[in-house]
Amino acid sequence: MKKIIFALATTAAVLGFSAQASAQEKAKVCFVYVGSKTDGGWTQAHDIGRQELETALADKIETQFLENVPEGPDAERAIERLARSGCGLIFTTSFGFMDQTVKVAAKFPDVKFEHATGYKAAPNVATYNSRFYEGRYISGQIAGKMSTKGVAGYIASFPIPEVVQGINAFLLGARSVNPDFKIKVVWANTWFDPGKEADAAKALIDQGVDILTQHTDTTAPMQVAAERGIKAFGQASDMIKAGPETQLTAIVDTWAPYYIKRTQAFLDGKWETTSSWDGLKDGILTMAPYTNMPDDVKAMAEETQKKIESGELKPFTGPINKQDGTEWLAAGVSSDDGTLLGMNFYVEGVDDKLPQ
Amino acid sequence: MSIVEAILLTIITASTPLVLAALGELVTERSGVLNLGVEGMMIMGAVCAFAATQMSGSPYIGILAGIASGALFSLLFGFLTLTLVANQVATGLALTILGLGVSGMIGEGFVGMSGIKLQPIAIPLLSDLPYIGSLLFRQDIIFYLSIALVVGVNWFLFKSRAGLRLRSVGDSHASAHALGINVIRTRYLAVMFGGACAGLAGAQLSLVYTPQWVENMSAGRGWIALALVVFASWRPWRLVAGGYLFGAVSISQLHAQAFGIGIPSQVLSALPYLATVVVLILISHNRRTTLINTPASLGKPFVPDR
Amino acid sequence: MRIELEKRPKISTLFSILSPFIALILTIIAGAIMFMLLGKNPLDALYSFFVEPLLEVWSLHELAIKAAPLILIAVGLSVCYRSNNWNIGAEGQFIMGAIAGSILPVVFYEWHSPLVLPLMLLMGMLGGALYAGIPAFLKAHLNTNEILTSLMLVYVAQLFLDWLVRGPWRNPDGMNFPETRTFAAEAILPELLSSGRTHWGFVFAILAAILVWFMMRYTLKGLEISVLGQSERAGRFAGFSSRKMIWFSMMLSGACAGLAGIAEVSGAIQQLRPVISPGYGFTAIIVAFLGRLNPLGIIAAGLVLALTYLGGEAAQLSIGVSEKVTRVFQGLLLFFVLSCDTLIHYKIRVIWSKLGGTAVDGGH
Repeated sequence: MKKIIFALATTAAVLGFSAQASAQEKAKVCFVYVGSKTDGGWTQAHDIGRQELETALADKIETQFLENVPEGPDAERAIERLARSGCGLIFTTSFGFMDQTVKVAAKFPDVKFEHATGYKAAPNVATYNSRFYEGRYISGQIAGKMSTKGVAGYIASFPIPEVVQGINAFLLGARSVNPDFKIKVVWANTWFDPGKEADAAKALIDQGVDILTQHTDTTAPMQVAAERGIKAFGQASDMIKAGPETQLTAIVDTWAPYYIKRTQAFLDGKWETTSSWDGLKDGILTMAPYTNMPDDVKAMAEETQKKIESGELKPFTGPINKQDGTEWLAAGVSSDDGTLLGMNFYVEGVDDKLPQ
Repeated sequence: MSIVEAILLTIITASTPLVLAALGELVTERSGVLNLGVEGMMIMGAVCAFAATQMSGSPYIGILAGIASGALFSLLFGFLTLTLVANQVATGLALTILGLGVSGMIGEGFVGMSGIKLQPIAIPLLSDLPYIGSLLFRQDIIFYLSIALVVGVNWFLFKSRAGLRLRSVGDSHASAHALGINVIRTRYLAVMFGGACAGLAGAQLSLVYTPQWVENMSAGRGWIALALVVFASWRPWRLVAGGYLFGAVSISQLHAQAFGIGIPSQVLSALPYLATVVVLILISHNRRTTLINTPASLGKPFVPDR
Repeated sequence: MRIELEKRPKISTLFSILSPFIALILTIIAGAIMFMLLGKNPLDALYSFFVEPLLEVWSLHELAIKAAPLILIAVGLSVCYRSNNWNIGAEGQFIMGAIAGSILPVVFYEWHSPLVLPLMLLMGMLGGALYAGIPAFLKAHLNTNEILTSLMLVYVAQLFLDWLVRGPWRNPDGMNFPETRTFAAEAILPELLSSGRTHWGFVFAILAAILVWFMMRYTLKGLEISVLGQSERAGRFAGFSSRKMIWFSMMLSGACAGLAGIAEVSGAIQQLRPVISPGYGFTAIIVAFLGRLNPLGIIAAGLVLALTYLGGEAAQLSIGVSEKVTRVFQGLLLFFVLSCDTLIHYKIRVIWSKLGGTAVDGGH
């Protein structure tokens, strides 16, 4: 029975597709967003990527999206709706859409799926992610140079590997220029609550940090840092407008190069499943202009960025100990991606207990 | 500035919107109307205040817009529940859904703009007092308003004839009606006062707390305000205490983390809610005092017979 | 101008039937104006909202999936509200039911038996009922306001679930992401038909609605609920205990919410994650009132509300309105339905001047 339905669905999809193709010859590329496309953070970065994709391939594709899709059964329905409406390539842009993407993909073998930040692939499901931690390492180095007290405040969202990678990379970067550098971590338990993020920023500043970095999505911490006259790093987008004299740099999510590359492959009939984890060199994340710092610090940051782009420098390269002092990586050894993707431990020097 | 002063300042900023929104709801509930739409009115206040400030360049215009939008939005609730006697619980929840949607639509063009922060006004002489000077007398106008409103509402409810009438409407609308009090008009005014206060609280969010607009930026504060009203057993000064206590617990848990106290952050985040339940149990244990303060007609519809 | 209500001597049967349709027409008019102002074709918009989701089989399945938890929770709440117990913490009871029901497939995942699923459902109901028992106990014995305690406990339940899936219950093979292991096959609520994803949760919802409808209409318990709900004094004279009723109604609604929670997790999500409900417990309160606290009405109300969610998505795609517009439209619909129900109990008179006569009469 199920097979018959698949066959029917596929036929319908093919019919719908060909009817449309003859009319306008345009393929449909679709996106599922977990937030609002104007959230100023994670989802907006993806939507900017979508818009750039549409501009770049305007004569060959059209795009559609569903926003504010809750994770769980609603996501499965949203993805299936897109698959049925004739989308040929679907990007699902939240970790929480992973199982739903895989489930729907099994029903629509002719539709290609791309899931952001997950780890479950299938013949028609690729995964993609960004090495945000490379940017965090550079931020850490800048913090190491710029902080007079040698203490940075870190506003974290949730203890997932991506965030833990970020904390570790930041500390490693900072300690590479100031071996006594310390960070104070506050878990806000939210990605998105300007008030709470501001409160966390104030708490950290009151406890004596003189530089601030955040792994939450609103510009509230940047505003607080500007008000209190300390420096800070932006997250997800260039937050320079919120702190023209405050932002040192920001880790900017730039998904467009990846979206264009994959859509082009799809149009050429060369799309294959991959697990891609691109970094600075691929342009999937970029550093906002290095501002509000002396020239020598800027030069150092630019050089580190070049080294990371060329592959000469890998942030997670030994000797690195874990927080409890045991050896994690021997001198010269770089971590494998598997360990990083599931990272749930701190490196030595992080002054916080990782919520378990 | 010492760390204690700094922490207290943070607490004041975090608590002011809670106190304001709760104070408005307190007056609404004292008149016998339960409006669960505080979150929706608050977010409308936040977006309208932000938009008006951006367009006029003056946060004071923004404050007025926040108040007005909250009051107008509550009128919708008033029309349904007072004129058409629709169920108050359901209408309040629907108001929140509508508020979140409408505010998102209005705010779409304002996302990512850097806001204009409402500047503090130092009160001469008083602001130079040691310790409390910078805490209480170097604040923005919304904070001063919140204190003035608490004093005013307390006086109004318990010392003025109009307040007595409002309370009698809340306690027994039938007898109030028999005494010739216009129940519906009183309730409309109370609902609008609640909306205005929630709108002002929203303006505080987008002009003082975090001068920016993002969707859903009230992030559940309207619900906490509702809880505070019951927590305070409908007394304005208890409400202030509760509001600041709630703010204090939320802020201290962030400080505890920054100090490196290893308690799961979820436990720390749950503390304010558990604290509210515990305090509530303690104060409601004495049945008599609770009953005296609870508006007996709360949530019950009233239709004047002709 | 002023509007006056006159209580009808008897509930109007005509308007009981007509009022949802009047509300629908008003919503369509208001919605059409809104879509026109946004520069969209109102007919297309309304078509995608109300018709498109009903045209395909898979979409009907999705409708049932979305409506099931709303109906099940709302049916339980209707008993609470009818007996004057204001449980607004169903969201928390939903979560605790899901957690309690997941103990077997998450902690004792090695135990394979056909008993797993029925036990899970029972434990889910128990979990929800016990969690609702907290505000019930506080109200019945310490006189604490249940609106507040049940609401506060929602946040506690959310944070407890968050802690579980990030800590002790985290999937050891899940790359340290916050989710539990996925349920084994015998812990998954089976799909009802082969044509789509609808699972047994929908059957539970309908069954619960029918059972509660029967109880309210034909049993002594039903009478007790309505009498105590209308007047505690009258109830006491009739020999009913309002304290027992607090326990009964709260635990019943908690059990319904808990069952909805475990059915959702076992049938649709198949693991626990930090967030398992997009606010079903709160939306269900609206559903309960849209259904006029009548279990059969609640079935219809749940389906209609679910339709607006599906229609909202369809409209995002077909006419390109933002998700906020769909939420405003949903809000409009709720307002019109709530206000039109006034016609059932009251005649509405619009009086144009202080002296003037009646202009509109709501009919008889």
